[in-house]
Amino acid sequence: MADPFHLGSHFMRAVVLGIGNTILTDEAAGVRAVEALELAFKMPAEVQLIDGGTSGMEMIEDLSNLDFLIVIDVVKTGAAAGTVVKIAGDQIPVFFRSKLSPHQIGLPDVLASLELLDTMPKEIVVLGVEPISLELGMEMTPAIAETIPQLVEMAVAELVSRGYALEPLTAQVA
Amino acid sequence: MSQRITIDPITRIEGHLRIDVDIDGGKVNKAWSSGQMWRGVELILLGRDPRDAWAITQRICGVCTTVHAITSVRAVENALKMEIPLNAQYIRNLIILAHSVHDSIVHFYHLSALDWVDVTSALKADPDKTAILGESLSSWHLNSKHEMRRVHERLKHFVNGGQLGIFTNGYWGHPAMKLSPEVNLLAVAHYLQALEVQRKANKIVSILGSKTPHIQNVAVGGVANPLATDSQAVLTVERLMAIKGWIDELADFVKNVYLIDVAAVGAFYPEWTAIGKGITNYLSVPDIPLDTKGTQFAFPGGFIEGGDLAKRKPITSFNDEYWIKGVEESVKHSWYNYDKAGALHPYKGETTPNYTHFKDDAKYSWMKSPTFYGKVAQVGPLARVLNGLAAGHEATTQYATATLDTVSALAKTKIGLDAMHSTIGRHAARAISCCVNVDLLADQWTALLTNMGKGDLATFNKPVFPKGEVMGVGFHEAPRGALSHWVVIDNGKIKNYQCVVPSTWNACPRNEKDEPGPYEASLLNTPIADPEKPLEVLRTIHSFDPCIACAIHLTDTVSGTAISVKAV
Repeated sequence: MADPFHLGSHFMRAVVLGIGNTILTDEAAGVRAVEALELAFKMPAEVQLIDGGTSGMEMIEDLSNLDFLIVIDVVKTGAAAGTVVKIAGDQIPVFFRSKLSPHQIGLPDVLASLELLDTMPKEIVVLGVEPISLELGMEMTPAIAETIPQLVEMAVAELVSRGYALEPLTAQVA
Repeated sequence: MSQRITIDPITRIEGHLRIDVDIDGGKVNKAWSSGQMWRGVELILLGRDPRDAWAITQRICGVCTTVHAITSVRAVENALKMEIPLNAQYIRNLIILAHSVHDSIVHFYHLSALDWVDVTSALKADPDKTAILGESLSSWHLNSKHEMRRVHERLKHFVNGGQLGIFTNGYWGHPAMKLSPEVNLLAVAHYLQALEVQRKANKIVSILGSKTPHIQNVAVGGVANPLATDSQAVLTVERLMAIKGWIDELADFVKNVYLIDVAAVGAFYPEWTAIGKGITNYLSVPDIPLDTKGTQFAFPGGFIEGGDLAKRKPITSFNDEYWIKGVEESVKHSWYNYDKAGALHPYKGETTPNYTHFKDDAKYSWMKSPTFYGKVAQVGPLARVLNGLAAGHEATTQYATATLDTVSALAKTKIGLDAMHSTIGRHAARAISCCVNVDLLADQWTALLTNMGKGDLATFNKPVFPKGEVMGVGFHEAPRGALSHWVVIDNGKIKNYQCVVPSTWNACPRNEKDEPGPYEASLLNTPIADPEKPLEVLRTIHSFDPCIACAIHLTDTVSGTAISVKAV
C-alpha cells in the first residue's frame, strides 16, 4: 500500500527495500539486513521496510512517490568478496543500467515503470555487499552473515541523517 | 545449408532461457529450448517440516510467489487427506484470481506488447484520430482526445530526453512491425494505463495475503486471516468493500481495453494466427474450489489430445486418479541423471545434476521433460480456454465468442476457433481467461461475504501428521498453466518433493522419445525476416509467457547481463 497509515503526502515517505533470493545462500543478504533492521529498531510511520525477494512489478505500488529509497542487495562491482559498498548520486543510473546485481530482472523494470508513471523516488541509495556464494542453500556464508550488522548500521545512518527518528529496540537485540 | 541462431538470454522474461534455431530457406527447421539455470529447491526441502514448505517454495521465483505457496499447502493437505474451511478456500481463491489478473495484464502490456507495437511509430500518430479510433473500438473512458494528446506529449518528452530505453529491447522499425501510427499510439496509451491498473490487483493480494510480494497468510489447513465484522485489526467488511471497488475497476479495464487490444493485434497481424501452433495436446487442471474437499470447481480442467475438443478427458477433483497417474518426467535431454533409464513419476522423482555442456542430440537443458501418459502437452491459458470450451463452460464460451467476433469484424473476414492454435491465439486465450477470472473474482468476493453473513468465521483446520509415510499432490491452474507439487512425507518430515511447473511443460527439451517440447515445436516453419533481429522467435516464445526461474534455478550471475544474438 502506498499510504498504509493514511498519512497524506506531507510526510517524507521512505522505504528500505531488501532484495535477493533467500534460498541462494549469500543472495539473501539484502532480505536478512531488512529483517535485522526490523528487529533492532522501531521505525517511524513514514518509513516502510520491505522484503522484496526477487519480485518486480508487484512493488510499484509501494515504491511510488517516495522521498527516499534505500535498496540493500548483493552486488557485483568487481571488488573483493565481503566488501560492503554504497552507491549513490550519478552512479545510481549506471548501477541499474549495467545490472550489476544478479537478480535485477525485476528492479530496473520497476524503476523504468516508475519513471513512466512520473512517480520515481526523489533519492535512491544502494547499499550492497559482494557475495562469496550464490549456491543453493538457506544459510549465508559466515563472512557475509558478519556484514549484516554493518549494512544495518549504514541504513540507519542514511535514515537518521535525513531526519527520520528511529527508536532502538534494545530488548530484542539479544 | 542451414544457419544457426542462438538467442541467449531471451529478454523481458523472468529467468534465463536460451533458444537456438536452425534456419533454412528463411524459415525455422529445427529448434532447441534450453533452461540455463538449475533449480534445486527440492533438495533444500528434504527433511524439513511440511508446514514450512510453502514459505520456502514461494521464494523459487519472483513472479510466481503466491502460486507456489498455494500449491504447496494443497500438496501437504492432500497427503493428510484434509478438508479446509470454506472461508479459507474463498480467500485463497481471491488471492489466486487477483494474482492471475495482475499477471495477465503485466504480461501482455509490459512483457510482450512491444513485440507488436512500435513506440517510435506512435510519435507520428495524430492524437485526435487515435482517440476517434479508440472510441470506435470500446467505451473505455480514457480513449479521449485529451488523453491521447497527453500521452503523445509524454512520449515526445521521453524520446527527446533520450529515455526511449525505458521501453527496453523493442525492435523499433523492424519490417515485421505493421501497426499504423494511430494504433501504436493507442497501444502506448494503454501500456501506461495498464501500469496504473495493475496496482489495483496487487492491492487485493496485499490486503488478503497480509503482505506483498510474499504473502504471509497461507497455512497448511487454511489461512491465517482472522475474520470479523467489528475489529480493525483483521479482514473487516470495510476492507472487503475496498476490494470490491478494485475488482470493478479491473473488470472495466480487462473487458474494455485488454480484450479489445488483443483482438486488434490479432486482426492487424492475421498471418500470426497461422504461426506458432506446435503441440496441440492441451492439459489444464480444474481450479477455484467451491467446497471444503476440492471436488467442485468454478473452472474445469482436463486433457485434450491432438486439438480434438470432442475427445476431452476431464480432471475432476484434487484426488483425480487420471491426473495423478498420468504425469512423468524424463531427463534423457536434461542435465540430470536418474538411477535407471526411462521417465519417472514425480513421487519417485530424483534431482541429481549432471552438466555436460550443450549437445544438440543429447543433453542441453536444466529443465526436465514432463509428459502426460507419455505425451508432450501444452499448458497455459490456451489449454485452459480450450478445456473450458470443450466442457461447455459458460463464461469462457461467452468471452471466446466475443473475442473471435471482434477480430472478425476488425479483420473484415471470418476468424474461427482454428485461429486459436497459434501465437496470437495464446495471447487471445490469456485475455479471454483474464475476463473469466475477473468475473470469478467478483463471484468469490460475494461467496465469502455471504458465508461470513451466515456466521461462519472459520479459516483454519489444524493439520495432524501420522506416523509412517504419506504422499500427496497439490495442483493449481496458475497464470502460465498447470502447476503441481508432489510431496512424500515420512514421520512428519519431507522425504521427497518435486515441483512440476508450467514453464517446464512448455519450455522442456526433447523427451524420452526424442519428441520436441511445445516451445520447440511452435517455432518450426516460422518465417525469419532478419536473422540478426529474430523478432519472430521472440513473438512466439513470449506468447507462452516464459517464467524460467521456477522451471530451473540460478547459477550464472555476471554473464546473464548481456544479450547476445549470434547468427553463425
